[in-house]
Amino acid sequence: MNRADRTRRLNSAVMTTVTALCTFFAVGVLAIILAYIVWRGIGAVNLRFLIDSPRPVGEGGGIGNAILGTLILLLLASVIGLPLGIATGVYLSEFGGGRFANVVRFVADTMTGIPSIVVGVFAYAIVVLPMRHFSALAGGVALALIMIPIVARTTEEMIKLVPQTLREGALALGAPQWRVTLGIVIPAASSGIVTGAMLAIARISGETAPLLFTALGSRFFNYYLDQPIASLTVQIYNYAISPYDEWHALAWAATLVLMTMILAINIGVRILTRKRF
Amino acid sequence: MSTAELQTPSARVPSPLERLRTLVSPTGNTGDAMFKATMFSAALLLVIVVGAMVVALASDSMLSIKQFGFGFLTRRDWNPIAGQFGALPFIYGTVVSSFIALLISVPLSLGIAIFLVEQAPYYLARPIGFLVELLAAIPSVVYGLWGIFVLAPFLRVYVEPPLAKYLGWLPLFQGPITGIGLFTGGVILAIMVTPIISAVVRDVLTAVPSSQREAALALGATKWETTRVVLGNGLPGIAGAIILGLGRALGETMAVTMVIGNRPQISLSLFEPSYTIASAIANEFTEATQDLYLSSLVELGLILFLVTFLVNAAARLLVRSVTRRAAGAGAPV
Repeated sequence: MNRADRTRRLNSAVMTTVTALCTFFAVGVLAIILAYIVWRGIGAVNLRFLIDSPRPVGEGGGIGNAILGTLILLLLASVIGLPLGIATGVYLSEFGGGRFANVVRFVADTMTGIPSIVVGVFAYAIVVLPMRHFSALAGGVALALIMIPIVARTTEEMIKLVPQTLREGALALGAPQWRVTLGIVIPAASSGIVTGAMLAIARISGETAPLLFTALGSRFFNYYLDQPIASLTVQIYNYAISPYDEWHALAWAATLVLMTMILAINIGVRILTRKRF
Repeated sequence: MSTAELQTPSARVPSPLERLRTLVSPTGNTGDAMFKATMFSAALLLVIVVGAMVVALASDSMLSIKQFGFGFLTRRDWNPIAGQFGALPFIYGTVVSSFIALLISVPLSLGIAIFLVEQAPYYLARPIGFLVELLAAIPSVVYGLWGIFVLAPFLRVYVEPPLAKYLGWLPLFQGPITGIGLFTGGVILAIMVTPIISAVVRDVLTAVPSSQREAALALGATKWETTRVVLGNGLPGIAGAIILGLGRALGETMAVTMVIGNRPQISLSLFEPSYTIASAIANEFTEATQDLYLSSLVELGLILFLVTFLVNAAARLLVRSVTRRAAGAGAPV
């Protein structure tokens, strides 16, 4: 082996090592962040913390209202966003050959990249201003708008995976197209569609920026959709930027709860879909 | 092709409902027509929403647009009390923090994607790829919390002093070291966009036909030389991935807001506090009591919307140019 070849081989080995280091650096950062959240958060999580509402500094307090608020916001966003997102996905996959469908695809892709804070400003303009006050509804609309393009694109991808022969078989038996889609194609793709929906819910459950001036946040339990409502993320933000160590500890504990929820969805979806793809 | 007619015995007189059905839908099936119309309106709504966004943002920022015109983009003073609003400090902070983020995360993301697609064995690539993607699942506010209490102190003690010592002759690395400022904002953004860029680059590299690799290997290329051939093939897609990351960095809000210091100033020093468009909106929107103040903040949102829309559109077109080519890869060139 001559010197030039040795250099080339050495070069190749060095670059392999460098790329491996890049990867392990990223995984290391993930591990450090997650470990730190558990370490700082675990001490403050107990039953009382999970069901109580926030209290003044020095009196403890919990995130019960924020957990409930996040669940209400997610439900609201899902009720608005899932049907629209799934219907758009069905349109794209079943009738998506034309130029309009390409426009929709392009708009959906681009919309997923629009900063969530801008979506918040838009929700403020169309919901908060006409209603004249902050509300859970406005927060739900903002989250739904973030959700729709994600759900639409994953639904389209999942429905495309359904074999064409299944459609042809149903059509050959005399079923009209709408029954083929609703009765055969969507059930066949349902686990994929549910996966996409779950990932979209995980994504919006971590959103803070679009809630700051729509749902606003609240220190109390609220069950009314036309009133401001607390959420885990806004609560974490408010605790984090406060000057009190005690509230910082609450922020870490709330973060642990939020991350547990998000990681459970992500890893659960991963395990459920592993055998299929 | 009408399937409904086949089921109807030809001897029977069509009922009024059936006559209505043929009237509404020429194919003879009302259900199909209604179904398509419903799905179509959902898709149409998505397009309308984006249009409505432009209209709503533009109309709500009209007051500020009329007051300041294009000067809004070049004015440096942001003084709510005096009613003076200029976006330049925010534009500067947004652009510089995003640039720092890309400077760090582009090589890192390329390394990750190359390792996972070209070098790691399959049983390793899948779980590790999933872990890298999990970085994208961490909410922005959690990055912010971690940034305040872990990253900022770390950079203040271990990274910024050496930078000031060895590169202090550059104006970039002068000034007080606090750990809160443009530099920390850029670093946290880098961590946040890395999973996004690397995921798209992975897709792009996977889309490069394996015949390219086989050809390079057959000519006696080393693993790295082969990788360079693959990178060359995926270049437009990689550019798209980077631009996609840029779009994300430009609009990222909470994490940056929590570590950048939130002071509307333009300073060459990366250690100084700064402010981004997104964090200005997040911080000041609920405080804006005067109409002009609110309108200026909405105009910031409009600018952010237009810029990220263009950036994302460009990125999608670039990425699509590579992955679509791969879809037809079986065809002879």
